[in-house]
Amino acid sequence: MEFSTSPYLLKDTSVRRVMTQVLLALVPGIVAYALLIGPGILAQIAIATLTALAAEAAMLRLRDKPLALFLGDGSAVVTAWLVAITFPPVAPWWLTVVGVLFAIVVAKHLYGGLGQNPFNPAMIAFAVCIVSFPALMSQWPGPGSHLAPAQQLDWIFGLAPRLDGMTSATPLDALKTALRADEGHSGPLPFLAGNAQAVIALCYLAGGLFLVWRKIITWHIPTAFLGAMGLLAGLLWLWQPAGFANPVFHLLGGGAMLGAFFIATDPVSGATTPRGKLIFAAGVGLLAYIIRVFGGYPDGIAFAVLIMNICVPLIDMYTQPKVFGMKDQ
Amino acid sequence: MLIAIAIMALGAVVLGAALGFASVKFKVDGDPLVDKIEAILPQTQCGQCGYPGCKPYAEAIAKGEADINLCPPGGAEGVGKLADLLGREAKPLDGVEKPPQVALIDENTCIGCTLCIQACPVDAIVGAAKQMHTIVESLCTGCELCLPPCPVECITMEPIQETVDTWKWKYPVVELKRVA
Amino acid sequence: MGLMQLFKFKGGVKPATNKAQSVTLPIAKAPLPSVVAVPLHQSIGGTPRPLVQVGDKVLKGQMIGEADGWISAAVHAPTSGTVREVGMYAAAHPSGLLTDCVVIEPDGEDRWIERQSVDYKTLTPEQVRELLRDMGVVGLGGAVFPSHAKTQASRSVPMEELVINGAECEPYITCDDLLMRERAAEVVKGIAIFRDLLQPKKVLIGIEDNKPEAAAAMAQAVQAAGEDFQVVSVPTLYPAGGAKQLIRVLTGKEVPANKRSTDMGVQCFNVATAYTAWRALGHGEPVISRLVTLTGNVAEPRNYEVLIGTPMDELLAIAGPKADTDGIIMGGPMMGFLVPEAKAPVVKATNCLIAHSPALFPPKAPEMPCIRCGSCAQVCPHELQPFEMYWFARAKNFGKTQEYNIFDCIECGCCSFVCPSRIPLVQYFRFAKSEIWARERDKKAADGAKTRFEFKQLRDEREKQEKAEKLAKAAAAQAAKKAAEAAAAAAAEGGAPAEAAAAPAAQSPEEAAAAAKKAAIAAAMERAKAQRAQAQPQNTDDLAPAQQQEVADIEARRARLRDIAKTELAHPEAHPAEAAPAAPADDGQTPKN
Repeated sequence: MEFSTSPYLLKDTSVRRVMTQVLLALVPGIVAYALLIGPGILAQIAIATLTALAAEAAMLRLRDKPLALFLGDGSAVVTAWLVAITFPPVAPWWLTVVGVLFAIVVAKHLYGGLGQNPFNPAMIAFAVCIVSFPALMSQWPGPGSHLAPAQQLDWIFGLAPRLDGMTSATPLDALKTALRADEGHSGPLPFLAGNAQAVIALCYLAGGLFLVWRKIITWHIPTAFLGAMGLLAGLLWLWQPAGFANPVFHLLGGGAMLGAFFIATDPVSGATTPRGKLIFAAGVGLLAYIIRVFGGYPDGIAFAVLIMNICVPLIDMYTQPKVFGMKDQ
Repeated sequence: MLIAIAIMALGAVVLGAALGFASVKFKVDGDPLVDKIEAILPQTQCGQCGYPGCKPYAEAIAKGEADINLCPPGGAEGVGKLADLLGREAKPLDGVEKPPQVALIDENTCIGCTLCIQACPVDAIVGAAKQMHTIVESLCTGCELCLPPCPVECITMEPIQETVDTWKWKYPVVELKRVA
Repeated sequence: MGLMQLFKFKGGVKPATNKAQSVTLPIAKAPLPSVVAVPLHQSIGGTPRPLVQVGDKVLKGQMIGEADGWISAAVHAPTSGTVREVGMYAAAHPSGLLTDCVVIEPDGEDRWIERQSVDYKTLTPEQVRELLRDMGVVGLGGAVFPSHAKTQASRSVPMEELVINGAECEPYITCDDLLMRERAAEVVKGIAIFRDLLQPKKVLIGIEDNKPEAAAAMAQAVQAAGEDFQVVSVPTLYPAGGAKQLIRVLTGKEVPANKRSTDMGVQCFNVATAYTAWRALGHGEPVISRLVTLTGNVAEPRNYEVLIGTPMDELLAIAGPKADTDGIIMGGPMMGFLVPEAKAPVVKATNCLIAHSPALFPPKAPEMPCIRCGSCAQVCPHELQPFEMYWFARAKNFGKTQEYNIFDCIECGCCSFVCPSRIPLVQYFRFAKSEIWARERDKKAADGAKTRFEFKQLRDEREKQEKAEKLAKAAAAQAAKKAAEAAAAAAAEGGAPAEAAAAPAAQSPEEAAAAAKKAAIAAAMERAKAQRAQAQPQNTDDLAPAQQQEVADIEARRARLRDIAKTELAHPEAHPAEAAPAAPADDGQTPKN
């Protein structure tokens, strides 16, 4: 018999199962996205998944790792889906491919593969693409315009000319532009495509709560993320209601919910101790708010996560929990 | 011009004073490097390195006179540790690494000449002239220095057997490699 | 059952308990085995010294190994028979190595020594402790720490709670459950012994709430005995039966790794330990048997009363292991180990044997990289960060593992249980711990060797110096003698004697001072010698003639030795002092390359 040691009983779990549940939790948000904004997202997910699996297989082969074991773990698919969701649904196919390739090949495998990446791969992809292709990364379906499925697909696969007039910035961008133009606004804040964004955000929230219930993630990161962001947004809004959007807008707009439950909670690149998670996520929330409100980019989640990723070793080192029996010593 | 020179001179004086103060304040007694090196050496005192004991070898390494790979009882692990400490390149061991061993006196053959007692660097042999000698196993470092002086060749080296108390759990890694 | 506030410990897991199979049948007595091999070392602490030799006839309950030191416990013959071997035999240990055992061939009569029940209340606590040690009472929960050594309250902290552990949190194991169901009265009597020794303010008996029958039986027995022990149902959560966890749940106290529980006013014993303590004092029966759950891949899982020393394969055969059984796990599936040698004997720590089969315990999936999901940290009952320790243990950075408190790890297996990457975390920690221990042993040995080496060098140096001084003194004496002769000759010639005598003294006042000092030292040494001479005979005064004869003999031997030494000195080439140190350096055989 093989040399094995206790425990001999193991819980029925695996990396694959964890990743599958994360994917499952993303499904409501994706469905809402497809229904409310258009099926372009589904095409993006398909492109991203295929690219990710191909890149993962190639890298595993190059690195001499067992293909079946790692390809099936689902981690590449999670990265692919996050890339697809965070990219504009009408982005050209090759942009998604570049993003996913960068995430899998550079951000993941060049750092040692599964479990070794210091930065969130999907956010690396987003950051690289928004810096390299700012125009394409900022083209979102126009306000109130429900694009026909065929039209979205044409755009994605470059079959129709991209008309600037048919796309516009994200609601956050629109808000920023509006505030910059000093128009002021007393009425309801501009929600793009009706309240679609908010509905999608609530779907992500539901998926995130499912992950908390399944104990895939803990409450610390989403709470600290949303709490810190909401607090800062609330303070500024109370101070100058005309100059800043209300906290609900910030929490339900942009990538806040997705970031709080699915991106900042990436265990590999995030903090791991309970206090560390709170500090890490609060940092992400604050930075994201600052970048999205005062910075030049449409949303700040990606950069906020990457900046806080850098701080993780330090945060973990200084927040080691006291062990059993040593709490009052 | 004069002001510039004065400032530079003042700077030189201040920095010089600081350095001088630091050299007095943070003076290190003895040579901590030798102690650190010696702490890595296995203290078998066997002289296989060509030095009469672990401390002289440590001193020679610290002075840069001796290489770091001359200690067979320390093994490759010891060479690695020395390389880490000194920031040098680890080298293959100059000598043969043996499993840990102890000397054993064949008590029927021993004539009680005390030569091995004199040779033992760590006082691990007890006995008196014309009396049978024996080795205190727990004190023996397995240095083999008692072997050459024995006129009747009654000393042998025995590998130390693993017991339930000294047994170690194995390293569990199964390297994940593609099955070709 | 008392209603009281319970506390929680962090972490813990809920594996399938698998206890129902083995509780359907009452405790049975295992048949006499063909051979019993009793390991001498069955407790923490000193290894007992064997008291029997090959060929000796022993009786059931006869002491065959005597406790060595205070932290040690005696071992006894489990049945009557003949000692076949006192030596190395397969150990009930994950290494599969051999250990010192007394192997007894049973004569089938199972004849007891004379058993004496003692009323421990008439004895002093010290006597009771000694008795417990000599009866081989040790912690039967698995740690096998000598119980008598745990029955002393701290000097400074009053004993508040005595915790009795009937939690039995590991899956499959039911021996404590059955013991409490069937022998609750005697367990309660045993608890009373520990209570009387420790005199705590209260006694809390913790039983997991998946054993209502055992809890009811215990509550009834407590009432029947008129005791005020509280039987407390604790939530079923592995490892609630860990001593520190149970103490936490029942008292809210957290005993840190570097402290004894008595220093916090609490102590913990297993129910089976209490039972054996009562059997030892109340019936004069040493610990020669224990309850063992036979379960897993067997036809008839059941609890048996088993003699210590029974070969495991022979024992498991009673329960009818199924055809695909491919191993025996001693202990539970969370903390036990696969027995490398099936004939290894049942020991005091053996609470359960599980027949292992691939169907019951599927082979482990390959280890994947850690994704730092933190599941292990969430379930760790000692609030460690297993994934960090794993990282360093894997890199063999043992110093760092200690910084992350690896020695607080109780190896409960919760972390490995939940790890989605299927990393054998506990094995990494066991590996790191045993490496650290080995290194500490090596370090201690090296430090000792260094000290002895330095002392030897010092001694050699001193001897050399003394010899040189002796030679110098002899030379000086010779010179003085020559000078005196010369002076005498000069005087005879009729020169100027006064001048000649005065000259050397006048030559140098320093020399004169040195000579005076020397004279003073010589005088002091003379005085010391005189004192010694005076002091020495004191213990040889008033000796009987026989003793005087002995002293004379010894003196004669000494003289002979002196003679031998002198003859050796006469042949310096044979003298080791000169020959030995030169030998290794000159020896061309000394391997350098």
